[in-house]
Amino acid sequence: MGRWRTWAAVAGILALVAACAPPGAPGSGAGQQAAGPIKAGVLASLTGVSAASGQDMVNGWNLYWKLNGATVAGRQLQTLVEDDASEPNTGLTKARQFVEQQQVDFIVGPLLANIGYAVADYVKTTGTPTFFPIVAADDLTQRARVDNVIKVAGWGSSQVTHVQGDWAYDQGYRRVLTICADYAFGHEVCGGFVRAFTARGGQILTQLWFPLNTPDFGSYLAQIPGANPDAVFVLTVGADSVRFVKQWAEFGLKDRVPLLATETMLDQSVLRSMGPEAEGLISLGHWAEGRPARETQDMVDAYLREYNQLPSYYAAAMFAAAGWIAKAIERLNGNISDRKAFLDAVRRTEVSGPFGQQKLDDYGAPILNVYVRQVERRPDGRLWNVPIKTYENVSQFWTFGADKFLKQPLYSREFQGTPEQLRALGLQP
Amino acid sequence: MRAAALARHIPAPLQLGLLAAALVLAIALPYLTSSFYVSVATQILFFGLLAMSIDLLGGYTGLMPLGHAGVLGISAYTMGYLVSRLRWGWVEAAGVALALTVLVSLLFGFLAVRTRGIFFVMITMAEGMLVWGLAYRWASVTGAENGIRGIARPAFATLYWQYYYFALVVFLLCALALWLLVRSPFGLTLRGIRESESRMRTLGYNVTLHKLLAFTISGFFAGVAGLLYAWYNQYISPSSVHISASTEGLLMVVLGGAGTLLGPVLGAAVIVAVKNLLSMYVARWPTVLGLIFIVVVLFAKDGLVGLGRRGWAAWQQRQQRPVSAAAPGAYPMAVDEERAATGS
Repeated sequence: MGRWRTWAAVAGILALVAACAPPGAPGSGAGQQAAGPIKAGVLASLTGVSAASGQDMVNGWNLYWKLNGATVAGRQLQTLVEDDASEPNTGLTKARQFVEQQQVDFIVGPLLANIGYAVADYVKTTGTPTFFPIVAADDLTQRARVDNVIKVAGWGSSQVTHVQGDWAYDQGYRRVLTICADYAFGHEVCGGFVRAFTARGGQILTQLWFPLNTPDFGSYLAQIPGANPDAVFVLTVGADSVRFVKQWAEFGLKDRVPLLATETMLDQSVLRSMGPEAEGLISLGHWAEGRPARETQDMVDAYLREYNQLPSYYAAAMFAAAGWIAKAIERLNGNISDRKAFLDAVRRTEVSGPFGQQKLDDYGAPILNVYVRQVERRPDGRLWNVPIKTYENVSQFWTFGADKFLKQPLYSREFQGTPEQLRALGLQP
Repeated sequence: MRAAALARHIPAPLQLGLLAAALVLAIALPYLTSSFYVSVATQILFFGLLAMSIDLLGGYTGLMPLGHAGVLGISAYTMGYLVSRLRWGWVEAAGVALALTVLVSLLFGFLAVRTRGIFFVMITMAEGMLVWGLAYRWASVTGAENGIRGIARPAFATLYWQYYYFALVVFLLCALALWLLVRSPFGLTLRGIRESESRMRTLGYNVTLHKLLAFTISGFFAGVAGLLYAWYNQYISPSSVHISASTEGLLMVVLGGAGTLLGPVLGAAVIVAVKNLLSMYVARWPTVLGLIFIVVVLFAKDGLVGLGRRGWAAWQQRQQRPVSAAAPGAYPMAVDEERAATGS
């Protein structure tokens, strides 16, 4: 047993050492030289449920550097891509790896809101400049914002649908039924519509919520004729979108009931898999690949050449974010070692990219164009979204004003922003 | 012929030596490597603890649970809610979280232990999905898909290395408790139930009670892992308690070797390493993980620990071969001793 005692003694001494002499601080933020390459950490979901859109993200990011050369202000730009496996725990580890191991200058990504929240909390402690072109979760730039997290070329979940509520009222619709995916993004998107539509005086008949990955929408669609709404507002994402649009047509609703479709429902990422059933549908979105402006069409053509498909908003936003960040780095002549100066430069940068004119508000959210888009068939047979009307300079607070808006809670299944709910909370409708 | 019997088991002094070496390495780790690898090691600790809790049921009692991420989630969500929303101190929050986890485990166990085999798997899966459903739908408490953020660590363990040592101490205490447990008469009874439930019942053991206790104890340790998990990420969301997380815990057990305490930790280490380290170099890391599983299932059904044991046995055999050839009469004796050693 002598050996055991020796080991125990050694272990005890080591434990003491560990308790007394803490190791040095983490390697975060250490020595970025002004001359070496700029390191960008791109966090995307390349495996798991969101893998297809995650690949679009990486494609969009890479396309920008391919077209413009991977050099900014004389410094080489080095991209490190990591897969978050569509899961916050892994996403967080990858963010740690970027910051502590690879010492990136900034992080771009991820795709999913829950990973975005987790990463935002982590980079809050390290101060790493972090850009979210895809994650739309409202609170990231509202009630729970983090100074070094900016939605560069991004958007907010309810930002587009606030406009849609207003637009729907202008179309003469007064009684609307909503069908939305039952998770945080769905609650926020739907809440935006309900808030703005009811603020104008519109009436919400019923709100139906369906679980993600619903194979059959029949039970929801069957309730529409009885309610006899002027229009139906629908939010779907991913494969649900393809199924919904198909069943909407099969139920014969396409010609009878106006559909207020949302951005993710008819985004290129799913529109690619749709057929004639989608043609003519109108949705509102911050991305419109059919926008005739040169900066949009140049990007769309280049993407088509490179990847043989039209860019989804995932691809376009990463492309636009790359351009935005590059412009900010150029303003600083490549010297981004002062993170505060770098973040300020990004905040002050205004761009006119594939999304149109964009700048950031005081909360790190973009002020952007919202397009009323119609699905049309291109001469090459592909479907795409062509804008028929543009709302310029749309704020995440719509016309409600930041102070007033931030008094109301985050949109959720319980709080959709109807006048009754606002009054119950002691707020002005 | 003691050597032949020993061939099956790595001798105790060597085992102790290896364990001590591992302990020294674990303690020295923050001095040897960067913060990132220390963070990965921290993950191995709490995933290892979760896997050990699964193994107490799966490997020792013969009841493979498929909902343990849900059990982990109960304590993680409770603690997270109390700390982040109600601003409780960490001791009270952890205490309440563990108490609730034990209560719910008791309830879950009550429903599950009446069954065995595939039915047990199905019921525990349903229980896990129940927790997931709550996490996903009860937005006012769990934040739904957005999760609970800002779960503050205990004040003495905020830095990465402090938290690592904190997790290491908790892990070692739990591992020690589990080690004592599986070697106790209670632990032997559980193994008896695994081998033959009817025989144990005939012998007068209250099998259902033992299974229920095993379930609850396992739930407690999963709950501790949940606390470490939530503090580590300072964030919890429904995907952490999803069935895929439960499956991953089960895979850690199978990969490392069910029915051992070291196995689940090894399995956790391999899976965490592949997910977080190998993925830096190999984009198709899930394929690598899949291949590892296929190889283990095909060639080492008893996991990495079994593989190690058999490797040791083969090596010993080769060392001993000249001796046994010189003494042919030793063979029957060796078999007897081997029987005695394995308890069959």
